[in-house]
Amino acid sequence: MGDANINYRFAFGTLCVAFVFYSATVYTNGTAATHGEPMSDAARSGQQLFQENNCIACHQFYGLGGYMGPDLTNVISNRGEAYSRAFITAGTASMPNFGFDEEEVTAIVAFLAFVDQTGTYPPSNYEVHWTGNILQDDDPR
Amino acid sequence: MTTDTSHFIGLRFMRLGMLALAIGMFFGVIGGFQFLFPEFLQELLFTKTRPMHVSMVVSWIFLVAIGGIYFYLPRQCNMPLFSATLANWHFWIFLITGLAIIACYLSGKFGGREYFEFPPILSLPIFLMWILFGINYFKTVRQDKESWPVYYWMWGTGIVFFFLTYAESHLYLIPYFRENMVREIMVQWKSYGALTGSWNMLVYGTALFLAARISGCEKYARSKMAFGLYFLGLFNLMFGWAHHTYFVPSDTWIRSFAYLVSMTELYIFGKILWDWRSSLEDWQKGRHCNAYRFLIAADIWVFVNLGLALIISVPLFNMFTHGTHITVAHAMGSTIGINTMILLASVFYVIREELPEEVHAQCSPQLRVGYWTVNISLAVFFTALVLAGVGKGLYDGSSFQEMMTNIRPFLLVFTISGVTLMIGMWIILWHGFRLMGQIISPNKTPAPAGVAEPGPA
Repeated sequence: MGDANINYRFAFGTLCVAFVFYSATVYTNGTAATHGEPMSDAARSGQQLFQENNCIACHQFYGLGGYMGPDLTNVISNRGEAYSRAFITAGTASMPNFGFDEEEVTAIVAFLAFVDQTGTYPPSNYEVHWTGNILQDDDPR
Repeated sequence: MTTDTSHFIGLRFMRLGMLALAIGMFFGVIGGFQFLFPEFLQELLFTKTRPMHVSMVVSWIFLVAIGGIYFYLPRQCNMPLFSATLANWHFWIFLITGLAIIACYLSGKFGGREYFEFPPILSLPIFLMWILFGINYFKTVRQDKESWPVYYWMWGTGIVFFFLTYAESHLYLIPYFRENMVREIMVQWKSYGALTGSWNMLVYGTALFLAARISGCEKYARSKMAFGLYFLGLFNLMFGWAHHTYFVPSDTWIRSFAYLVSMTELYIFGKILWDWRSSLEDWQKGRHCNAYRFLIAADIWVFVNLGLALIISVPLFNMFTHGTHITVAHAMGSTIGINTMILLASVFYVIREELPEEVHAQCSPQLRVGYWTVNISLAVFFTALVLAGVGKGLYDGSSFQEMMTNIRPFLLVFTISGVTLMIGMWIILWHGFRLMGQIISPNKTPAPAGVAEPGPA
């Protein structure tokens, strides 16, 4: 086996070890954001409904998802629960009525309220660092 | 002359991939019209057409990359597959799982994870497929006792890391991840970034393999520059995902680190193809005219995407581009302009190597029409998406509908260019599908295995 091959294997192994430690950090302290309240049973059901109806095909959280509908990260604090409930119940010109019953609508609203407390998107209070980084004042990190 | 047909399994993967792309683009066009006219085809909601489009197009990438590996190892690298039976199992599991996923989408049974919207139980056969593929790949390339060219490393890394990061993308099934939204989103996008890096390993490995074979010289595939690219690609695969999540409230160091890592691999990849192109003799370009021009198109799209990638990696600019169609432009530019062009080069390289010369023209006129239609349409498509993204990013009102109305002209251009893009691609795919069928046809005498004979064509 040539020297180059040994060096390549060493570099590969080193990167893999770094990747394991990095991943473990992201899974724990790196994402230990402050939540106001733990997830309630209703929010848990709402999360399940959100996934089963593939809502992310059209909507986003923190700008991630489909672009056919609006971002829902802060829809509860920006528009209110009643507004959200009306849209989920009846649909709109561009969103079909999915036929959710009262309990399901309550669950989805609870899930959206749970997401809402995790941060602010898009950032509204921020400073631009000289490196081009954004320093947000209005998130819980 | 060989009568061994075990490499045909690779061709079956590639043909299925071409079919997946043709159908996937059709669903993409339907989705484009639904963007403009939300009431269009209410029986098939956007929540169904989008995953159909995405899954089919992702399948195209995997099928042609995997098919190429199954073909090239026995046919061009003189290493018989460890097990043709395992490869056949791989093919049939892929096909049956794919049909089950389509059935789930059409019947509205979703797992609801972006890009992998099928119920998670269908991931089990996907894991099984990658285990079969990994066993077959590593047992096959072990036959090569020399130091490996970089494309063996890239293919192997793509296989291993796809398996690992696809598993990572399922951590949301554990409440510890699912019930912390920040962790949920961060881990999801961490895994997606690495998944993209994994399939890039398979595709870029294919590009370097083709570059080596067309030039008849392995020096690029064993150069320090090529291995530099490989390790930079691996570094990006592992750590370069967080530009998707600059505004998710994770620890700041994750974002800053991602900012440093951003997109250096594309530059070196572009440089390698650029240097390789200038080293070719005219006869080499002419002999593999079709494959060559797809690689050149990929090289040009690398530079276009590099420029955009660098801009959106700066958090200040990312604040305006994130969550807009500029991100889609970047994804489409990479998937169609880079990955698809490389994979089409692979398809036409195989055809050129396997079919007797009288069966096809070296630079066929039909293919030229398809090639230019696709690339011009893609340029318009890409520009329209960027402009729509600028419109959305700069909109400072609070009405989503008003913003969508403002950018509607760009979305109209995007949809129309999507139609012409699909037509151009269908021309290319029909050409490739038909000719590849002639290779598998029992009436056809196989060409000798191995690399092109030297000298002018």
